[in-house]
Amino acid sequence: MWQVTNKKLTNKRPAKSRLDMTKGQMIRKDLRLNWIIYLMALPVIAYYLIFHYGPMYGLLIAFKDYSPAQGIWGSPWVGFKHFDSFFNGIYFWRLIRNTVLINVYDLIFGFPAGIILALLLNEIRKMMFKRFVQTISYLPHFISIVVVAGMMFDFLSRDGLINQLIGMFGIAPIDFLKESGWFRFIFVSSGIWQGVGWGSIIYLASIANIDPTLYEAAKIDGASRWRQIFHITIPGIMPTIVIMLILNMGNMLSVGSEKVLLLYNPLTYETADVISTYVYRKGILEASYSFTAAVGLFNSVISLILIVSANAISKRVSENKLW
Amino acid sequence: MGAQSTGEKVFSVINTVLMLLLCFITLYPFLYVLFASLSEASSFIQHRGMLLKPLGLNFEAYKAVFKNPMITSGYRNTLFYVSAGTAINLFMTALGAYVLSRRNLYFKNFLMFGIVLTMVFSGGLIPSYILVNKLGMMNTPWALLIPGAISTFNLIIMRTAFQGVPVSLEESAKIDGAGEFTILFRIVIPLSMPVIAVMILWYAVGHWNSYFSALVYLRDRTMYPLQLVLREILIANSTDSMSTGVAADDKYAIGETIKYATIIVSTLPIICLYPFLQKYFVKGVLIGAIKE
Repeated sequence: MWQVTNKKLTNKRPAKSRLDMTKGQMIRKDLRLNWIIYLMALPVIAYYLIFHYGPMYGLLIAFKDYSPAQGIWGSPWVGFKHFDSFFNGIYFWRLIRNTVLINVYDLIFGFPAGIILALLLNEIRKMMFKRFVQTISYLPHFISIVVVAGMMFDFLSRDGLINQLIGMFGIAPIDFLKESGWFRFIFVSSGIWQGVGWGSIIYLASIANIDPTLYEAAKIDGASRWRQIFHITIPGIMPTIVIMLILNMGNMLSVGSEKVLLLYNPLTYETADVISTYVYRKGILEASYSFTAAVGLFNSVISLILIVSANAISKRVSENKLW
Repeated sequence: MGAQSTGEKVFSVINTVLMLLLCFITLYPFLYVLFASLSEASSFIQHRGMLLKPLGLNFEAYKAVFKNPMITSGYRNTLFYVSAGTAINLFMTALGAYVLSRRNLYFKNFLMFGIVLTMVFSGGLIPSYILVNKLGMMNTPWALLIPGAISTFNLIIMRTAFQGVPVSLEESAKIDGAGEFTILFRIVIPLSMPVIAVMILWYAVGHWNSYFSALVYLRDRTMYPLQLVLREILIANSTDSMSTGVAADDKYAIGETIKYATIIVSTLPIICLYPFLQKYFVKGVLIGAIKE
């Protein structure tokens, strides 16, 4: 509504002269009149150019043998050498497998968790209790990942709480964080512990937007609460679910290195080492910049393809899209 | 409401039990840590299984934590990074959001495209690292404050909020001779306070919890934020420096309780503030959702 009003205003302001001016003249006039706006835009533009487009330019080193002394442009071109050695390297498939599997498990178990919690919370009729559960369940979201990982180290260690508890049933202690077989389970389940409450918020909001007359009509028709969930609530939040799913798919290859980096160790690299942690180790710790820039570029390109295609698929099968 | 069928009653009971279980699973780890941190180190070491209350009452671990110079300097550094970082974030984001919310700006669509593109494609860790190095920000606090000055997601949310400010107000201010900065700081920001509050919280919590950029960019331990100090204590297991002057046997025991006390000391501010701030965070998620 405001936009319409404003369009009228802006059309009125330059009066007749606008018709006679070329685009260049119009821009110059606007610069003169509204120079403060353009001045305000400068730091923001500079920020994006330097800290977002700068690193994109820096990706050139993926095709070069970068040495800090010669600089990004001055270093010699080597074509796809670094990509070759990554694709044919011994760790390539392990990294792809670990990155994809952690995400797939998270998608299968973590993604529905927030939806299910929202549905269950919605069925609580006592508002006080509902709010209580919500408050508690959002809390872990705000605890830093370092503290969460620290608590996990402690509880999951050989003589930690979990082993003490299962020891009471006569189970021999398990060194959870040192056995590669446990890593994905621990990673994904702790992620659910930390994120399920927070993840439910968006669905709860979506449920709140469902037309209440639908439920009244269903009640009159004698639909049980169970049937109401399946025939009204879930279809009602479907658009939100689809959007969240697209976002998740787009992030498929970008498991944050932050949590893996804290939890893994050489004993669990077999299942825990993902692309981003590999880039950190090889690039930052071992300083092979060009090689890891190539690995990072590969990761970024695949992510871009994933999010664009997830969006395209969603546009085709439903009305939902990100852009 | 009235009569419920048996099936629905059973469902309600099961649901309530599930929710209570969820609360227990969520809270108990924190309670365990709290109880353990207050326990006598020697009796805690011998204890097996769950803790339902502290074993004895002992503040030795807390004393050791507060005596640790790394914890206190980490705290100080983090407070600085949180306040300076959030101030920079807020200024830059508000500036960007204001510019992008102007209706009659040339290049606006081009600008918007350039900004949104960075959400789906980025140069990645290594080129950013090289850039920060080149700019001479390595091993300085700037490396934690400047490269993340604007979160594009937040920028778009704030822009949407700014667009909701009635144009008529701005127009009349302009007629009264107000400049762009006056309009931004006197009209647009005060009218968008709920969103600004959400942004402050998001940015501040982000700074409080982050450890990765400090890990990558800082070498000098005196600049370490709290989270990086925690990482050393909790993950790399170095409580030795804190338990000096204690006999070797007790050292291990007190080391354990020191870890728990460290967790409590570092999370308490968040847990105490959280109930008051919760509604703003929730509002933030919903504001973000409208955009989508």
